[in-house]
Amino acid sequence: MTKEELIDKLKGIVKPYVKNEEGFNNLNENTDFLNDLKINSANLVDVILDIETEFDIIIDNVSMEKMLTVKAAMEIINTKLAEK
Amino acid sequence: MAAPNAIGISDFTNAIKKGISGIRFYQELKDLNFSCCIGGIPQVTEEQKLQYFTPLQLKNFNSPGILYGCMAGMDAWKDAGLSINENSDTDWDSGTVFGTGSSSVEKLRESFYKIDAGNVKQLGSTAVVQTMVSGVSAYLSGILGLGNLVTSNSSACCTGAEAILMGFERIQSGKAKRMLVGGCSDHGPYIWGGFDAMKVISYKHNDDPEKASRPMSATAGGFVPGSGAGALLLESLDSALDRAAKIYGEVSGAAINAGGQRGSGSMTAPNNEAVQRCIKDAIENAGIHPNEIDLINGHLTATIKDAAEINNWATALNRKGKDFPYIHSLKAMTGHCLGAAGAIESVAAILCLDNDFIFPSINCEDVHPDIAAIISTEKIPQQLLENNKLQVVAKASFGFGDVNACIIFKKYNR
Repeated sequence: MTKEELIDKLKGIVKPYVKNEEGFNNLNENTDFLNDLKINSANLVDVILDIETEFDIIIDNVSMEKMLTVKAAMEIINTKLAEK
Repeated sequence: MAAPNAIGISDFTNAIKKGISGIRFYQELKDLNFSCCIGGIPQVTEEQKLQYFTPLQLKNFNSPGILYGCMAGMDAWKDAGLSINENSDTDWDSGTVFGTGSSSVEKLRESFYKIDAGNVKQLGSTAVVQTMVSGVSAYLSGILGLGNLVTSNSSACCTGAEAILMGFERIQSGKAKRMLVGGCSDHGPYIWGGFDAMKVISYKHNDDPEKASRPMSATAGGFVPGSGAGALLLESLDSALDRAAKIYGEVSGAAINAGGQRGSGSMTAPNNEAVQRCIKDAIENAGIHPNEIDLINGHLTATIKDAAEINNWATALNRKGKDFPYIHSLKAMTGHCLGAAGAIESVAAILCLDNDFIFPSINCEDVHPDIAAIISTEKIPQQLLENNKLQVVAKASFGFGDVNACIIFKKYNR
């Protein structure tokens, strides 16, 4: 999967939770889920559950805590996919 | 009092003075793949149950929250010098507001399995009374013969504190002489599972349960779920003096509000402006000056919101650094007892007030730098402070739904 494809998939996943459309339209590797997209912090676990379903991976607690940006999410997804 | 670290007022006083944790490891949670496999559960023996309930009442009984609520409520009633007699006349002047965060989930689960298996008649006669949200107040009313307002409130982790405020206002309005107030909570996977999924509870201390609940600590990693019940008997001063009852303290004032899930508030996070208003309103209602507060029994759950709470207190009281009152969190020892938290912690606050001690706020030897930047760390006692004269103690609880309650307790000066 290319970087662009991965970002596109992530975009589709986070869309329902986004409270800041401008941040969403400019979504890139450096986008922060809480600050840039204004996703409610309580919803982060739902985003992660959706990522688990989409990529058929399991994300552990420690990885979960790090998953605050698009970049971190991409790294973790790629690592978990590679482990499969 | 039915707390994870002690049952009954005398043992509880002893436990909180010594900083004894009631957090234990539960294999059941591990077997169910919980991230957090620890919790706070009152240790009640079968013999103890029979001191409160008859064998008939215990038949098909599977509602720990109601059990804890009745234990705490009956103890508070007796401690106030009132008698329990099933043949007594209805007491029209006494009522109860006894809250819970959820109805008895263990009993519900048991009932669902029976219903799904086509065995509805197996539910017997008590499935309804155990699973109705007002179950705990209904049981207490029957045991004590209460004839005034009998209800159960529910406002998530604000429940216990809200019950105190509701009973206080009932007496203040002249509609009741005595109100038994408190909150209770069930325990176990079906209550705690949702919090586990939200990742708001501690998962790094499964091997070290007593260190897990770390309010105000730099290494706090979420709350530890707890359960139990706390109860207080509120009474008009005239009535209490008439009966020559032991007076532990005075409810001097109280306030309750909500943040409307606006501003910094959301379903699960507090609107800071609302929290500050609630504290200020309680102080105003009590007719005191913020400088009169000697001690704060915080909500302080050990999540990332602790520092925001400290900032809210400091802003509302306009007191910072060394000028800030002492502050501690009972949750370090009991975990977060959810619907019971405000009640259990208020009992602790009143015991401090009555006996002039400040229990240690354990597990925060490493105070969070954001907190240390607002208040002096000397104000968070790591050791028991005895013979520390207390006149006013403030207690606050905050809950999901962006709801807040604050109670001001004052020493009763004879």
